[in-house]
Amino acid sequence: MHQFTWLIPVLPLLGFILIGVLNKRLPVNLSGGIASAAVLLSFLLSLAVFREVQLHTAVPERIVLFEWITAGDLQIDFSFLIDRLSSIMLLVVTGVGTLIHIYSIGYMKHEPDHARFFSYLNLFIFFMLLLVMGSNYIVMFAGWEGVGLCSYLLIGFWFKNTEYNNAAKKAFIMNRIGDLGFLLGVFLIFLTFGSVSFKEVFEGARSFSSNDPAITAICILLFIGAMGKSAQIPLYTWLPDAMAGPTPVSALIHAATMVTAGIYMVVRSNVLYSLSPYASEIVAIIGLATAFFAATIGLKQNDIKKVLAYSTVSQLGYMFVALGVGAYDTALFHVITHAFFKALLFLGAGSVIHAMSGEQDIRRMGGLKPSLPVTHFTFLIGTLAIAGLPPFAGFFSKDEILAVTHGHSLTMFAILSVTSVMTAVYMFRLYWLVFYGDFRGTEHQKSHVHESPSSMTIPLIVLAALSTLGGFIGMPEIFHAPHVLKEFLAPVIWKSPEHTASHSFEYMLIGVSLVALLVIMYLTWTTYVKRKVLPEEEEAIPSGLPRLLSNKYYVDEIYNTLITRPLDRLSAFANKYIETGVIDHLVNSTGKSLSGFSGVLRYVQTGNIGGYIFSMVIGILLILVLTLIV
Amino acid sequence: MVLATLSVFSALMVVLSKKPVHSVLYLIFCFFTIGGHYLLLNAQFLFAVHIIVYAGAIMVLFLFSLMFINMNKESEPHKSNLLKVAATLVAGCLLLVLVSTVTDTGGSLPAPSSESQIGTVSNLGKALYGDYVLPFEITSILLLAAMVGAVMLGKKNIE
Amino acid sequence: MNSILNHVPIEYYLGLAAILFTIGVLGVLFRRNAIIIFMCIELMLNAVNLLLTAFSTLHGDAGGQVMVFFIMAVAAAEVAVGLAILVMIYNNVRTVDINVMNKLKW
Repeated sequence: MHQFTWLIPVLPLLGFILIGVLNKRLPVNLSGGIASAAVLLSFLLSLAVFREVQLHTAVPERIVLFEWITAGDLQIDFSFLIDRLSSIMLLVVTGVGTLIHIYSIGYMKHEPDHARFFSYLNLFIFFMLLLVMGSNYIVMFAGWEGVGLCSYLLIGFWFKNTEYNNAAKKAFIMNRIGDLGFLLGVFLIFLTFGSVSFKEVFEGARSFSSNDPAITAICILLFIGAMGKSAQIPLYTWLPDAMAGPTPVSALIHAATMVTAGIYMVVRSNVLYSLSPYASEIVAIIGLATAFFAATIGLKQNDIKKVLAYSTVSQLGYMFVALGVGAYDTALFHVITHAFFKALLFLGAGSVIHAMSGEQDIRRMGGLKPSLPVTHFTFLIGTLAIAGLPPFAGFFSKDEILAVTHGHSLTMFAILSVTSVMTAVYMFRLYWLVFYGDFRGTEHQKSHVHESPSSMTIPLIVLAALSTLGGFIGMPEIFHAPHVLKEFLAPVIWKSPEHTASHSFEYMLIGVSLVALLVIMYLTWTTYVKRKVLPEEEEAIPSGLPRLLSNKYYVDEIYNTLITRPLDRLSAFANKYIETGVIDHLVNSTGKSLSGFSGVLRYVQTGNIGGYIFSMVIGILLILVLTLIV
Repeated sequence: MVLATLSVFSALMVVLSKKPVHSVLYLIFCFFTIGGHYLLLNAQFLFAVHIIVYAGAIMVLFLFSLMFINMNKESEPHKSNLLKVAATLVAGCLLLVLVSTVTDTGGSLPAPSSESQIGTVSNLGKALYGDYVLPFEITSILLLAAMVGAVMLGKKNIE
Repeated sequence: MNSILNHVPIEYYLGLAAILFTIGVLGVLFRRNAIIIFMCIELMLNAVNLLLTAFSTLHGDAGGQVMVFFIMAVAAAEVAVGLAILVMIYNNVRTVDINVMNKLKW
């Protein structure tokens, strides 16, 4: 089987090249079809690989494609690592990817530039697979950069809109800051271990003592990379803006796959993080802060995609908390379930937006339940899943995170629980406002509302099924069912903290969360459906906390004043004095002096052939004389 | 010796004669004397080729183009005396240097092999089609290219 | 068959070739008619050919004579193209005086 493994990333690449070359000559169904088929084939191959890995508990398989960089001590192969961790991520990426590709065929039907869209999507899948499958940090970094590039291209897909372009640039630059950290981390790894291959690094790390400064530094630098990619404080502001891209992109890149790359990377490096409690603590605190603040912002957003975006940021925060307390398998569990339900929610939102002819403001929606039955039903499942109602997927993973956090620190547990409550609040607020109450859009929109085509609804249904059942791969202890995922991942995780939560605590957790959820459902229902409370228009927002939240804590503005403006001023200064004064002068004078010299030399070129011959003969003569003398 | 004197004299006349046609005729004569040298050196094949190619083809070409240009007159304004002196001087220097190079090399030259038969047609043919077959074939390509080039250049008014 | 080299030392041929070559150079420097310059170049080539043949006979090595053969081929090609160019030039500027052809400059 392993001889075909290299095909998994190559297939989307081929799709990208094919669609990219043929470009506009393809009809939308064909370009989408090729793209989907490529990813689907990858998915089937991944499935086979997964079976293989599951059956043979043997050592991780390393597949070397070719020698990539060899310089001095540095030897980097372009190779893939197939172990339990990467095989399960492969399934998630290609599986969700396939569904979203299929969904996009319907969603992008009216887009003239669909071929470009699908080729970018395929390229993204290729880089994501590279990131997941890479067997050393450099291949991973190549994928890491590649997904950043594709994210930029897809956010700015409608590049004629300046605002979208700015969002794309913002995402790219924010990611770049993180990437620098990642790169420095890789350098430091090479410096410390003399290798960048996962196997050698992790084997080397085992001999280090806990809290070794080098390891801590590496972990923090890598985490900075993860911060950028996975939108953590302080580099999270790009993710909400990234919603400028087409909705399938938001679902695929900014919810299900790319943003989880940071978590994947930390899980991959779990040996290093286990050795550095300091770094882990930082990860947990940042994750906690992000989860909390993003949830508070999400409470007051009115754009359907922005709400989901902040919820994504918040959920990513959850995952980092899990990573920080050392529950790597739990974090990955949440990555998987989150991929299902968040992709579902985004695609559902896309379906709503599609039906509303591009309207994204939830204050202009409402009462969509009868006209969008499938979307409504699947969106409801997604909402229940993210809010954490048993037995939907989100419940198990979130519950597990809460449980492990409880074992780690009570304060963290408390904050995380509050966040969890807020998640439920803003999700149900969104749900009620969109699907219940009166229709608040224009008459034109009202006549236009329609259910999406089957190419869009089928992925929704599949994802809804996954969101419902996905949680069963990680059942809590009390149900006496095996925790499939944990057992499956056991060989990859070096050290796992003992699960300390008592049974009674778990029962209590389930009970409380169930009750809290029902209460929240009722409360939000009374507010938004029965009393028909609408979020205020921008001007009417009372000052104080609500205004602060609605403006996202003014973080963008703060960044603008603290970082962008001074940099602008510095650049303006440099442009005025250094650029024109020094560099231009230098360059110009080089050119001038050269033309001056050549002006002198030009007189030699008389055009007189006799003269040329003369000088040639004299030259030959001189050469002869010289050889004679020497 | 006579042959050598003759060839030097004719070569000088090539340079010195005023009318280009005379130059050409002297050059033909010079080539014949050189051909005589080839015979003396036991290079019969080269002699034949030399007469055919140089005295025949090339010189006919020269004459033809002279006729074409119609320059059978002293159209050439002479160069200044200074230039003449300089030219002679430089040429003399060159001769001096060449001769001194030759004498400087000195060394022991092998005694001439008494029965050198390599110049005969059969021996040279074997060499040409044996060791030197690839360069020989490449030469044919070169000639073809030259032919095409000459035809292209000769064509009038290429649009 | 005895060659002349049994009677005349090789140095004489060296001298003859040197003189012929120099005459060729002199002609190139001296004259302004492009056709005559061309002829002088032929003269130089011949001087070299003569020397090559002489040494080839001296050493009993066919390589020298083969080289002469190739030089002849190249010379033929060169003359063909060169004269064609000259005729073209003459057709355009009505002269083959090299001092008039001084357009080849900046």
